[in-house]
Amino acid sequence: MTTPSRLPEPYGQGSGANLADILERVLDKGVVIAGDIRINLLDIELLTIKLRLVVASVDKAKEMGIDWWESDPALSSRARRDELARENAELRERLARLEELGLEPRRAQEEGP
Amino acid sequence: MTGLRYVYAVCRPYGTPLQAQLTGVGGDPPRLLTHHGLVAVVSHVPEADFAEEPLRAHLEDLDWLTAVARAHQGVIDALTTVTTPLPLRLGTVFRDDSGVRTMMEAREESFRRTLDRLEGRVEWGVKVYVESDRTPDAPAAPVPAPKPVSGRDYLRQRRERTKSQDDLWQRAETFATRLHETLSGAAEDCRLHAPQNPTLSGASGRNVLNAAYLVPRVESEEFVEKVERTKDGAPGIRVELTGPWAAYSFAGEEIAEEEGP
Repeated sequence: MTTPSRLPEPYGQGSGANLADILERVLDKGVVIAGDIRINLLDIELLTIKLRLVVASVDKAKEMGIDWWESDPALSSRARRDELARENAELRERLARLEELGLEPRRAQEEGP
Repeated sequence: MTGLRYVYAVCRPYGTPLQAQLTGVGGDPPRLLTHHGLVAVVSHVPEADFAEEPLRAHLEDLDWLTAVARAHQGVIDALTTVTTPLPLRLGTVFRDDSGVRTMMEAREESFRRTLDRLEGRVEWGVKVYVESDRTPDAPAAPVPAPKPVSGRDYLRQRRERTKSQDDLWQRAETFATRLHETLSGAAEDCRLHAPQNPTLSGASGRNVLNAAYLVPRVESEEFVEKVERTKDGAPGIRVELTGPWAAYSFAGEEIAEEEGP
């Protein structure tokens, strides 16, 4: 164990603090005061902000690689399809290899289109 | 200069000046507006960007929002090195100085109470990630599995993969729960935040714990060491520490409760 001799240097801020760290604090936390300029931000729920943030400009988000909702199986049926498609491709490949070795299952041959 | 007043934070008067080059939102340097012994840290911002209509439009623009968020955090961060600021939520804008003063007067009591509560404290963020070759954002498996030689072999490997993944999740949950217990015990207060969107954060793995801890500045070293010690000996699990932040996660409730929606 090392013992630093002074107050720890900032961890992850500046260079390392990610955008999500900053946004979740400056948008969702802090003292809420309705200023003279009223904005939606002050009365919408945390989740709404997050969704708006990403969904308000889906194209932009995708451009930045923000498409987590598409690959999260809990959120997207497409992700589940992708998983199936991946396995399907794997199986096809295996079948092709077996066929090359002349070991193709007879039934597959008989029933195939 | 005319324009609107963007307020970052409220704090007590402090002795050390902020760094000279510090710029805030829209490039304007943060200025101090003292009223009844409290200081509001403000920037002058153009109406063209911060009046109701343009502001609403801007908030839909991720690039604009990112720039403002970073500038806002930059000022709060600078304040945190010299005092204990009460950070206000992004986009708190008044017409003029007198609007800011009126607000400070109306909330004077509550500001003082919260400042007392947070005095000398900072916030540390701790996140736990499960590193996994099956999370969506890390599709390239670093551990090459041996090629299955038979169908049975293939199925066995698949079962093992699923099982080891389940085990990892279970271990991660236990790990995160235990870590949170330990750190809560070492902190004055804590908040659990929603797990982060992996792509917005740019972090690999899946975020299973996203917590904030309120820690006295003088005990920070000890707290950080506690976190550091947990980093080893948990394969497949990653711990990330950020801070010291201003006490963002602990500044809001009291005032919000008083005012109502």
